[in-house]
Amino acid sequence: MRKPFAITLIPGSSLANLTGTWRTSRPVYLDRLPPCNNACPAGENIQGWLFHAESGDYEAAWRELVKDNPLPAVMGRVCYHPCESSCNRKQIDAPVGINSVERFLGDEAIKRGWQFDAPAAATGKRVLVVGAGPSGLSAAYHLARMGHTVEIHEAGPFAGGMMRFGIPKYRLPREVLDAEVQRIVNLGVTIRLNSKVDNILDTMKQGHFDATFLAVGAHIGKRTNIHAGAAAKIVDAVSVLRSMEGEEKPMLGRRVVVYGGGNTAIDVARTAKRLGASEAIIVYRRTREKMPAHDLEVEEALQEGIMIKWLSTIKRVDDEGKLTVEKMELDDKGMPQPTGEFETLESDSLVLALGQDVDLSLLEGVPGLEVNDGTVQVSPNMMTGYPGIFAGGDMVPSERTVTVAVGHGKKAARHIDAWLRGAVYQPAAKHELADFKNLNTWYYSDAPKTVRPMLDVIRRQSSFDEVQGGLDETNALFEARRCLSCGNCFECDNCYGVCPDNAVIKLGAGKRYEFNYDYCKGCGICVTECPSGSIKMVPEDI
Amino acid sequence: MSYQPVKFYQTGTFTVGNRLLAPVERSVQQSERRSNSINSGHRACQGCGEALGARYAIDAAMAASNGQLIAANATGCLEVFSTPYPESSWQVPWIHSLFGNTPAVATGIAAAMKVKGRKEVRVVAQGGDGGTADIGFGCLSGMFERNDDVLYICYDNQGYMNTGVQRSSATPPAARTATTMPVGPEPGNVFGQGKNLPEIAMAHGIPYVATATVADLRDLEYKVKRAMNVHGARYLHIFVPCPLGWGSQSNDTIRLARLAKETGLFPVFEARHGEVTGVLKIRRKQAVEEYLKPQRRFAHLFGNDPHTEVIARIQAIADRNIRKYNLLDEEG
Ligand SMILES: Cc1cc2nc3c(=O)[nH]c(=O)nc-3n(C[C@H](O)[C@H](O)[C@H](O)COP(=O)(O)OP(=O)(O)OC[C@H]3O[C@@H](n4cnc5c(N)ncnc54)[C@H](O)[C@@H]3O)c2cc1C
Ligand SMILES: Cc1ncc(C[n+]2csc(CCOP(=O)(O)OP(=O)(O)O)c2C)c(N)n1
Ligand code: SF4
Ligand SMILES: [Mg+2]
Repeated sequence: MRKPFAITLIPGSSLANLTGTWRTSRPVYLDRLPPCNNACPAGENIQGWLFHAESGDYEAAWRELVKDNPLPAVMGRVCYHPCESSCNRKQIDAPVGINSVERFLGDEAIKRGWQFDAPAAATGKRVLVVGAGPSGLSAAYHLARMGHTVEIHEAGPFAGGMMRFGIPKYRLPREVLDAEVQRIVNLGVTIRLNSKVDNILDTMKQGHFDATFLAVGAHIGKRTNIHAGAAAKIVDAVSVLRSMEGEEKPMLGRRVVVYGGGNTAIDVARTAKRLGASEAIIVYRRTREKMPAHDLEVEEALQEGIMIKWLSTIKRVDDEGKLTVEKMELDDKGMPQPTGEFETLESDSLVLALGQDVDLSLLEGVPGLEVNDGTVQVSPNMMTGYPGIFAGGDMVPSERTVTVAVGHGKKAARHIDAWLRGAVYQPAAKHELADFKNLNTWYYSDAPKTVRPMLDVIRRQSSFDEVQGGLDETNALFEARRCLSCGNCFECDNCYGVCPDNAVIKLGAGKRYEFNYDYCKGCGICVTECPSGSIKMVPEDI
Repeated sequence: MSYQPVKFYQTGTFTVGNRLLAPVERSVQQSERRSNSINSGHRACQGCGEALGARYAIDAAMAASNGQLIAANATGCLEVFSTPYPESSWQVPWIHSLFGNTPAVATGIAAAMKVKGRKEVRVVAQGGDGGTADIGFGCLSGMFERNDDVLYICYDNQGYMNTGVQRSSATPPAARTATTMPVGPEPGNVFGQGKNLPEIAMAHGIPYVATATVADLRDLEYKVKRAMNVHGARYLHIFVPCPLGWGSQSNDTIRLARLAKETGLFPVFEARHGEVTGVLKIRRKQAVEEYLKPQRRFAHLFGNDPHTEVIARIQAIADRNIRKYNLLDEEG
């Protein structure tokens, strides 16, 4: 080649110079486990469905959500949202309103008539589910999606379990529940109502079932030692709430005293108020801090004029309904101790909300079954001591919430599916947690939480209209976009932009990025500037 | 009106890209089709702010001129690490001449293009703070004074980095360099000397002067684009941390640039015809220590016997900038 004057070498590109050899450590992309997902008892991929909601693709968001939980509209109303309590955004301003976005997606799905994806090819296996509460419904849904034939036997006249016969309408409108149950039926799940199972082994045999999931809940109201006159009106909270679903509304009178400190106590007191009681008083033996009821619900009850007598136990009820109450004080272990001081309270009825026991009669004669403290013991794969019978929800030892029940249903379904194939289900290894310190919060817009509208107090005291409103589309979109996408790449292009060596390859929408290790010098800027903590440095072996 | 960040959409315009923004609102850098003016394989140190700033700026200028761009480059790191004969990282027509004459070379190119009737071809000149504030200063001032149709970009890493970290007239007070050792009663670089190049450029009354940092890409791109929409002499001063010369971690380059802006030590603004027309406000104000501590060139100020009065003087510089350029929001 003839070269111009004074040029002795052919010009070349710096691409020939592989600067990647300078590197002593390399950046790698990873997915970390967002704290919300980690905290969700139903195992929802919250960050994952928020990602779709952020771009306004609500259907994709809903589909991602229902991979884990078939009841988003219910969940968006009754879940105590541990996800929000652990959300990293609370360290910036306030947690993402995950629950309100979930409700929006659930309501949107009902409004638009979205149905579940069709089930996998039929396996020919038959699974019996006992109880159409959240746990049974969840298991049935997941099993049906896997291609199994599922039949739910439900004792009551409607599906829903405690979502229908416990949680009051003003928190969970029945049309919402009905719509989500119907969608599960549309998937191909058979629900036999008014079909109490009296003996599980007989029912399994008669129906030729290959496996069973038990989810009968805990419905027997607990009693306590109170000296009561023969004419005193004492009822249990679960029965009161259950009769709210029937023709005959319960007659509680004008002064109603509720004994207990859980969510059931709060719900029954708020129900009594709505039925016309002029006074609804909760008597609880410990303090507000120790109360098991969710603080938000206590707050809402107080707003509605429910009174709470803290540090009090009921000793006696006479025929006229006069209650003798003893004052308590907390000892240094936080347990209430009697003080010997008494006072009296007038009441038309006393409602006991002291927790529920499980009715285990259907399990009599099942060999290998272990019952402890009134609950059925299950191994980590949710199977009872009897092979092929699994159990979950309120009837097994654990926290008693709708969300836990749904989570149990999903988990059991996976193990049942494996068991039916003679295999063992191996859950995928958990990713490392996406800690707040992994984030670079500079990059997120300042945006405080959206508050959901509330029904005004006067209407709350007299009607069963839903108390908490939902978000509209713009609010929901705003709320979803507050998500920091902890530990999961959301394609902000920062790594692609900030690399001084162009060593990041952008693969295109939805495909994320790749490092070009030929030129990456390992400076680590991409790691420091990644907002969501989705890259880490690992040492090179040298 | 100055650069207006898009407020919400999760990360708004804080990040390089944002899938939630409409395509027209997106940055040049997020595009797979950016020109990558300085390609991979260049020999800049790990985490070089200058390499990054140059790609940001020249890619934006390429986008604004539809690829019709010629760059003149002063001697300095940017030239040495990108173009060791016979190879080059540049993917734009690029010419190197001397340490001190780049503005004049660019003026010549602009004149040639004019004579040839190549109106569409735009010219940039670029150099380090030494080449700009010191040796090239006479040529630069002349270029301004004649209002030649050139965008001059200065990559300010606050020293003569290419020849081993000597002081320039843009080195900040108290900083250690090879020629301003941390010894004696006033350790490091002196207070009260040095040149404020953006203000000197403004004093020429040229159509457009702006400052930017590698920590705020969208602001930087906006300024390049604005500058390219104007003819005549324009000056852009980009703050580019230098891990080697400053003794900072290679991964802290952008963080330090951000801190320089957030402390008020490096005011980010734009000016037209000599008057400030917009500033980038401080978002999360920080004390100067936050910026100084991660840099070994300021290490002598800290340690067991910290020079609190020196740190206070540096803080006073930041405070003065904040007042002078009105860098804080009223409520902030
Ligand atoms: C008043 C009240 C309010 C609550 N509020 C909330 C709340 O806001 N948020 C929350 O997360 N949790 C709440 N909970 C708890 C939650 O409702 C329960 O933890 C959850 O419903 C348990 O689900 P499950 O499927 O295990 O049982 P259940 O919901 O109790 O369902 C069991 C079903 O099995 C049926 N069944 C029982 N025995 C048989 C049998 N032998 N044959 C056939 N069917 C049978 C029952 O009829 C019932 O339908 C509340 C509970 C109560 C009582
Ligand atoms: C006339 C002349 N004097 C001195 C030098 C040596 N020299 C090359 S680069 C440089 C310093 C460059 O500093 P700056 O312009 O700030 O760029 P940086 O390397 O810091 O990016 C010097 C002194 C030279 N090339 N020409
Ligand atoms: S910010 Fe988003 S991903 Fe992170 S914990 Fe909250 S909801 Fe989950
Ligand atoms: Mg320099």
